[in-house]
Amino acid sequence: MTRYFENTSVFNFSWDQVARGYWRRYPNPQSTHVLSEDTWSRQVRDGCLYTKRLLTKTNRVPKWGERFFNSKSVKIIEESVVDPEKKILVTYTRNLGYTKVMSVVERVEYRSAGPGQTVAKRSAWIDSQVFGFSRAIRAFGIERFKKNCSQMASGFNHVLHSMYPRPASPASGMALSLKEMREAAAAATDRAKANVLSSVQRT
Amino acid sequence: MNSIGEECTDLKKKYDDCFNTWFSERFLKGDQDDSVCAGIFKIYQECVKNAMKQQSIDFKEIDKDILGTENEYKTPPNANSS
Repeated sequence: MTRYFENTSVFNFSWDQVARGYWRRYPNPQSTHVLSEDTWSRQVRDGCLYTKRLLTKTNRVPKWGERFFNSKSVKIIEESVVDPEKKILVTYTRNLGYTKVMSVVERVEYRSAGPGQTVAKRSAWIDSQVFGFSRAIRAFGIERFKKNCSQMASGFNHVLHSMYPRPASPASGMALSLKEMREAAAAATDRAKANVLSSVQRT
Repeated sequence: MNSIGEECTDLKKKYDDCFNTWFSERFLKGDQDDSVCAGIFKIYQECVKNAMKQQSIDFKEIDKDILGTENEYKTPPNANSS
């Protein structure tokens, strides 16, 4: 049974900026596991840009997984379609080889959500067909994927910020700091709650 | 970013620069003529394909199109992030 996972993140950049940044996502401080990136094919059809790229990444598996994945790196195929009219970028990635051990398929849809904002909806399907181990491998795959989600977003944000730096104007600085204070307060409350919860669970 | 073939990385960078300019300045502004990077793309492609052959990578599996076909995975009904 394939396990499904989804998550949504918001980028505070216009869709055009996100689309431009997408092709320059690597390298970034969170992408040290990405070894290579190549364009395999690319064409414009019916006003949309279709691209297929090949990526290689280091294979990070726990000790118990090494008997199933003995390879140092994995190859990943990334298909994408850019529709500049509707302002939609869809990417679809899958691993090449080792699909019986663990297949990870990821689909991300970047849509414009008003001026200066883009929403990324990420869906993932994770499966394994290793007899006796498929549940453990799927669970590992899901956990790794969840962890990677925030890293992918922060790595992409890093690239977008360096491509489109924001000059701080005094007025917006003030508005932002008020918002930041509220957010910091909310985050502190959440942390306190989490601490209470985890100490309850420990006892 | 590196190419899968060390010897192709320079070509890849040249191609990527060409592509990024075309994508920003032309494609997103409604111009769909992509011939401007076709020359450098061809040379870069040859290099990558050779490098991949040496690493015995399965071309057929890469050529398979999934996105936009019926083989694409579908979001399950009532999906919740589990």
